[in-house]
Amino acid sequence: MADPRREDRRAGGHRPRPAAAYAHLVRAQARSQGQYRASFLLDAGLSALLSLVELAAVLAVFRVTPELGGFTLREVLLTAALCEFGFQLADLLVGNIERLAIYVRTGLMDAVLVRPLSPLGQLLATDLPFRKVGRAVQDAVVYVVVLVYADLDWTPARAVLAVIAPVAAAALFAAVFIAGASVAFWWIDSGEFANAFTYGGRTFAQYPVPLYPSWLRGTFAYGLGFAFAGYQPMLALCGRSDPLGTPAWLAWSMPVVAAIAWAAAIALWRTGIRHYRSTGS
Amino acid sequence: MPSAAACPKPASDPDAAPDPPPPPIPLSAAVRRFAALAAAGFRRHSTYRQATVAGVFTNVVFGAMLAAVMSAVVAGGGGRPGGYTGAQLVTYVWVGQGLLSVSHMWTWKELADRITSGDVAADLLRPVDPLTSYAAAELGRAAHAVLGRFIAPVGVGFAFYTMYVPHEAATYPLFAVSVVLAVAVSFAGRYLVNLTAFWLLDARGPLAAWGLFAASLSGVHFPLRFLPEWAQWLIWLGTPFPCVFQIPLDIAVERTATGVAAATVALQLCWGTALMALCAAVQRRALRRLVVQGG
Repeated sequence: MADPRREDRRAGGHRPRPAAAYAHLVRAQARSQGQYRASFLLDAGLSALLSLVELAAVLAVFRVTPELGGFTLREVLLTAALCEFGFQLADLLVGNIERLAIYVRTGLMDAVLVRPLSPLGQLLATDLPFRKVGRAVQDAVVYVVVLVYADLDWTPARAVLAVIAPVAAAALFAAVFIAGASVAFWWIDSGEFANAFTYGGRTFAQYPVPLYPSWLRGTFAYGLGFAFAGYQPMLALCGRSDPLGTPAWLAWSMPVVAAIAWAAAIALWRTGIRHYRSTGS
Repeated sequence: MPSAAACPKPASDPDAAPDPPPPPIPLSAAVRRFAALAAAGFRRHSTYRQATVAGVFTNVVFGAMLAAVMSAVVAGGGGRPGGYTGAQLVTYVWVGQGLLSVSHMWTWKELADRITSGDVAADLLRPVDPLTSYAAAELGRAAHAVLGRFIAPVGVGFAFYTMYVPHEAATYPLFAVSVVLAVAVSFAGRYLVNLTAFWLLDARGPLAAWGLFAASLSGVHFPLRFLPEWAQWLIWLGTPFPCVFQIPLDIAVERTATGVAAATVALQLCWGTALMALCAAVQRRALRRLVVQGG
């Protein structure tokens, strides 16, 4: 108990620097989440299995069909593994933002806003889900295994792409999480509405884009950018042409897509904060 | 001590109202009380109108995605993957999106939260056994979900897709019974998992376990008939999860003959009764060692 206070002083006087304050929030979370040890370990172990289930679904589908919309098992597995890794990374880092609706409803948001730290940063740090760390690590391993299994013709460009693709996918999903949660400032019961875009985007991005009807392609693949989470990098990594006719260089615009998504999400979040009126409870 | 005063009454099976009730309460009063609790559960959920709309929207988006994937499976697999025709698979997806919120497999941790906070003591002081009152509220919730969340995705399916319409008259009542039993099995399973909070205080782990198995073994991601036969036998007979999702859907699309469909409903009944009995037994054990935390 004495320890954090001493660190405060080292960090410079009465007001801790934001970095130190966030570190305290995260450490306090780590302690509290470890309290119920049996439940925590079970939860951590099982949530690691949960994303294997997503990939197992792809395997089950390929038990009854040799190809899916002209794509082979390797190609679909690579799409799904990329998307799943990116999604779980985003869920680990910002998935907690889903709790915003509860904060708004119960009035806890008031407490968040009066503190001298960024509201977004606080919301992300106050319930960092340590049980999800194992899942993200495991998805990284699965991604590497699938890359090996896919037996790609490696070039330096593809190696670079293989590294930046999941990071860009994570950034894209993170932006969608934040934008989806911001809707709660206007619409408190919006939880499931946001799910259509977060979990819905994940489901969408697991399969090659040409499978979907054109209205879904328009909104989810290119309107919201989910084609860039799995499909476009898969095309570039496997060196195959797109049946929809998009050019090969499009895979490299992923970081730009993620940056645009972030800018939009942060703008929505800021507008939401300004729009926020306490429930008074 | 509140724990000593709150000795549980013997649990009565909420799904079989005609069962002999405990002697002090006349049958009609018990039924009326159960109906009142169910109506309260219905009303509670009907107040969240925005949430219902948001939920339907999500179900429709997922339905469209899954239907597209399943259509590609039919096109690539050359005919009948898992023994389903294209129309049957599309119907499986859309009726499934409706059923998802009726059987409500995930995210119920109300009881566990009340156990952790100690609020469960208040439930125990009420004249109705908590298992019975939560089951009644759950039936009310499911009834609301049928009206608010089941009809819309199925309607979208009929409006924009080629759906399979059941040929046998017997399918309709069988499906209705199967959905009620799916709700009962799902509720009993979740209640049991919530009860572990009496021992663990935090039921997140067991809840995650239930969520994992419900997601993978119930037929939500893909029909279990896509799996190898040995895995199907293991899942169908060894776990309650197909009872919650796949059995009603297979009945709706007439995947098997009516006789087999009736047998799967009997399987649901067995799982429902066994899990309810287990809930009552575990709850009795839990209450014997219950310590209500003060403050």
